[in-house]
Amino acid sequence: MNVQGRPTRPETVASSMGETFTGNRGLDMEEALIFETGRFDATGVDIDEPPSFHSKLGPHGRHSAIELPGLTEPEAIRHYVRLSRNNYSIDAGLYPLGSCTMKHNPRLNEKMARLPGFADVHPLQPVSTAQGALEVIEALSNALLTLTGMDAIAMSPKAGAHGELCGMMAIKAAIEARGEGETRHMVLVPDSAHGTNPATAALIGYSVRSIPAGEDGIVGAEAVRSALAPDVAAIMLTNPNTCGLFEREIIGIADAIHEAGAYFYCDGANFNAIVGKTRPGDLGVDAMHINLHKTFSTPHGGGGPGAGPVVLSSRLAAYAPVPFVVREGGALRLIEHADGCESFGRMCAFHGQMGMFVRALTFILSHGADGLRQASEDAVLSANYIRASLNDVMSAPFGDRPCMHEALFDDRWLKDTGLTTLDFAKAMIDEGYHPMTVYFPLIVHGAMLIEPTESESKASLDLFIMAIRNLAIAAKAGEGRGFQAAPVHAPRRRLDETRAARQPVLRWTKPAPV
Amino acid sequence: MRYLPLDASERGAMLSRIGVPNIEALFADIPADNRIQGLLDMPLAKSEMAVERAMTTIANRSLAAGSVPFFLGSGAYRRHIPATVDHLIQRSEFLTSYTPYQPEIAQGTLQVLFEFQTQVAALTAMEVANASMYDGSTACGEAMLMAHRLTRRNRSVISGGLHPQYVDVCATLAHMAGDKIVRLAPDLKANEDIAAAIDNETSCVIVQSPDFFGNPRDLTPIAAAAHAHGALLIAVFTDPVALAAVRSPGEMDADIAVGEGQGLGNALNFGGPYVGLFATRAKNVRQMPGRLAGETVDAEGRRSFVLTLSTREQHIRREKATSNICTNSGLCALAFSIHLTLLGGVGLERLAKVNHANAVQLAERLSAIPSVEIVNPHFFNEFVVRTPRPAAELIEALAKRGVIGGLPVSRLLPGAGLDDCIIVASTETNTEDDRAAYAQALGSCLQ
Repeated sequence: MNVQGRPTRPETVASSMGETFTGNRGLDMEEALIFETGRFDATGVDIDEPPSFHSKLGPHGRHSAIELPGLTEPEAIRHYVRLSRNNYSIDAGLYPLGSCTMKHNPRLNEKMARLPGFADVHPLQPVSTAQGALEVIEALSNALLTLTGMDAIAMSPKAGAHGELCGMMAIKAAIEARGEGETRHMVLVPDSAHGTNPATAALIGYSVRSIPAGEDGIVGAEAVRSALAPDVAAIMLTNPNTCGLFEREIIGIADAIHEAGAYFYCDGANFNAIVGKTRPGDLGVDAMHINLHKTFSTPHGGGGPGAGPVVLSSRLAAYAPVPFVVREGGALRLIEHADGCESFGRMCAFHGQMGMFVRALTFILSHGADGLRQASEDAVLSANYIRASLNDVMSAPFGDRPCMHEALFDDRWLKDTGLTTLDFAKAMIDEGYHPMTVYFPLIVHGAMLIEPTESESKASLDLFIMAIRNLAIAAKAGEGRGFQAAPVHAPRRRLDETRAARQPVLRWTKPAPV
Repeated sequence: MRYLPLDASERGAMLSRIGVPNIEALFADIPADNRIQGLLDMPLAKSEMAVERAMTTIANRSLAAGSVPFFLGSGAYRRHIPATVDHLIQRSEFLTSYTPYQPEIAQGTLQVLFEFQTQVAALTAMEVANASMYDGSTACGEAMLMAHRLTRRNRSVISGGLHPQYVDVCATLAHMAGDKIVRLAPDLKANEDIAAAIDNETSCVIVQSPDFFGNPRDLTPIAAAAHAHGALLIAVFTDPVALAAVRSPGEMDADIAVGEGQGLGNALNFGGPYVGLFATRAKNVRQMPGRLAGETVDAEGRRSFVLTLSTREQHIRREKATSNICTNSGLCALAFSIHLTLLGGVGLERLAKVNHANAVQLAERLSAIPSVEIVNPHFFNEFVVRTPRPAAELIEALAKRGVIGGLPVSRLLPGAGLDDCIIVASTETNTEDDRAAYAQALGSCLQ
């Protein structure tokens, strides 16, 4: 009984109500499309009619009206707030997507990115009036160079895959400058790599030679040596790799690549495991992109924006794209044109993801050298804690050895249960967790890749481990907990993805008049 | 450290469970010679207050556009963004979620993307749009590559009115992929003869409207010329608000429409993050790059949304994918979509009208100054001003008088013989006082 004297336990009478009249289920609310609720003659922004003037559009005025609904402010806020409640988020719970690094996004970063001296500065303002913005680029560049031990940096790439493209373009430019553009057109990519790696190589006209990862999940220097030939331009190797393992033979691989006259592109998606522990520059890397939205906590935003600066070795530094910042005397200057230097060109308009630079720099200043190293250690410690706590109920593809920042399991342990990795993932949703990354890396059957990051408390990790253990035990016991029906407690049950692809409906259209 | 929940005793307990003596044992795979001993040469952790102080000091070394009369555009536009937009995009559920791979718990993001795609398609008068690209310039480069896939040709004809940095992005991609580019000379009054540059090898023609110099263009004859040769028209825009005033890409028979969406919902941010808009005809959708949200149903038959047609994408197709892109610009697309939802079609048209009116009034004021010439016969909210004084120097002189007067063309097009030209833009944020201040400052700088 509470202080009002009312019973706190619900009546034990079974509800006769099945479906609700509204389709809502308490706090779980249905929300129509703006095109169904908004009026096509309404607006939620008060704009004064301009005084009369003579149009200068000439014959170029738009003929058709723009048929878009408008919502007033209260309607708009309700629409988006209700939609937002159907999303899982890091702020609401552990989000163990392996390789995606869903760590906490500090709110100071958001506040700093909105300072008018960063947010309200135009990219083409006179450089004399944008010195603070350039200082952020310079300071972040220097920090990233210190952390990676590399020689140069290209800040403009807008995401990880864009950074890959930038690094590979620098490699192609270097090879062309050596006069070997005709002969070297092959890129070695391990079969465990992210799909972006082969897609990037293909985009600039390179062919891909796949090299198999070894039985132990890492790429062997010998396998690389035997794939090397005079046509090889580069290797694209992820380190730590997509199995969550440090590439132990990386020095041998780098030596082999360099002896063969090729370059070493490192996919830095997993740099967050080794910040402050080792430097790619000391491992023979020639180019590596850094996902600021993974390692340096800029928010993922439901799929971007990201940022993918690329660090370069001295062998590639000259080919970096414009723009870049140079300090002359006391002032910072922007080099915006590639003419007269060896730069391979330009990745995007303007200077890169400034808003993300501010957040990443804020994160780096907050953590400092000590906090960054501690973050890497905690991320690796937490992943290993999960690995060690689940090893007896699930199966690990590469045996009982330490991992880096993510723990990888396969689906052998689900054999004979009739359940798949997908069923298990969907059951996690009902337990209140976002599933781990599933079916990636491709080389591990039914892969489950768990990355807890450094942001979780031990209590949170323990609850997660308990949930996964209980699910695993239930799955193996054939308890019929409805894995195949899961999720049943989410805003939606499983979706018909085949229908979405076979009969694509990619926009709302006005219903035909009845 | 305020962001790291584990304490020393917990770390110890966790190491015991794992069965290793210390944290270093977990990093044993790193070659011993390459392990960092101690700390890197960087400052140590700082309190929130100390970091805020340091960052604010840096921020104060830039001039905020809102603090002065500001007339710079050229691909990024200063707009009034309703307070609602920034509040909503900071909802945890939007800000701190990932790409919606698990649709059962990501319907919020997915429905937003479906609405965004519909809005972009309506704005451009095209049939389908994707879930956004990095920005306008990269969307333009991806459109060029898409046209190559559709036509199985690799020669692009690029208008001299395309934003010079967009041209550079296309040229870099083309050079790296071994494709051909024909680039017409910059042309202040849009008199270029594009049709003459199109041949039977041409994959696409890339034309911006309103162009870099502010000229609205009639793309219909260019589309006809392109189609007569089996080539595609890629229509580019750098301000989404312009599409409410001038003829849309779809009305002018474009095959692909791409542009910068920053001008709705997104701050200047010194150039990024922005949001690329990408739309095309329905028949081309399977060669379109980027993410797509589509409608379907769940196991209970309820309408739902999901990422679809992913067999185009790199994580399935690897080297055979339509693009290497794996992310979009989700949160910026959300900001764009919220701003456009608040405006609605009628609000957007009125906003465009105010932008145009302000630009017309500015042009009238500036043209009253002796020796100032307004070059464009027609414009939306951006036009070229020619004066006797070198533009780069003039813009610096104006800045010293507290006016950001526009872009010296020579900054992006050095050596093009346009050193006396400034591109001036006006939005709804400019007031009569701003215009008076500009006219006064320009007059005295030209004396």
